[in-house]
Amino acid sequence: MNTEKIKKLVRSIMTTTDDEIGCTECFEHMDKFVDLHLQGVDPAQALPLVQAHLNRCANCHEEFEALVTAIKAIS
Amino acid sequence: MTERNNEEWLRDLQSADNDQALEDLRVVIIRGLRAALSTHVRGDLETVVEDFTQEALIRILKHIDSFRGESRFLTWAQKIAINAAFTELRRRHWQNVSLQDVIDSQDGLDFTPSFLTDPSASPEEQTTQQDILNTVMQLIDDELTERQRDAIVAVIWGGMPLEEVARRMDTNRNALYKLIHDARQRLKKKLIEHIGLTPQEVMAVFAE
Repeated sequence: MNTEKIKKLVRSIMTTTDDEIGCTECFEHMDKFVDLHLQGVDPAQALPLVQAHLNRCANCHEEFEALVTAIKAIS
Repeated sequence: MTERNNEEWLRDLQSADNDQALEDLRVVIIRGLRAALSTHVRGDLETVVEDFTQEALIRILKHIDSFRGESRFLTWAQKIAINAAFTELRRRHWQNVSLQDVIDSQDGLDFTPSFLTDPSASPEEQTTQQDILNTVMQLIDDELTERQRDAIVAVIWGGMPLEEVARRMDTNRNALYKLIHDARQRLKKKLIEHIGLTPQEVMAVFAE
């Protein structure tokens, strides 16, 4: 186990909030979030809980990045 | 390809004669997946993309009634394709790894104190770091359920995807996120009680 992983856990614990959304709710809003992002509108303002989830959840963040890439490719 | 707005996509895909709309959607999904997966797939990208697109089209049609019109239809459809593709890629990548393998590979919750402190920190900061780390490890042992401990070790330390841990724990990705969230909430509350520092003070000690 290394220092960075422990630090990551401590940071993850201390930034925990009561109003976090889960992966399902994040997924429900992901398309709107990506459209706003690609329109140049800050999606974190409209959907702050989605942004907070993406900052924390590696899997959802990976899918967000992939969706942005995909939509850019088909636009 | 025919340009369609959201209403036209829904109308054409839900009509009895939807062959052309399906073909148009297939072309778009393939193009999107090819771009999104190019850095994630080893081997024959085209075959993988074709397979994932077929699966995606089935899912999109199955869930089309849940489209709420809050985005462009193609963004929504591509979201479903991406989610299905990544779920399958993660399953394939981790298919021969057990949860116990991942937990064991993290050496349980043992750690060597001298190894963990940050060499760039002052002696006082190192002491504070060490106090916090000792407390966190103790709280993980004392305050969490075995299930919460396993989930945290596998996801945060082992780097195993949530859905793969969830599959092995007979739950789903969202429920596992909630399980870890509950564990984090409990650890945060107890850690503050034990060490007498604010979350901001702890974060300053463990700044990136």
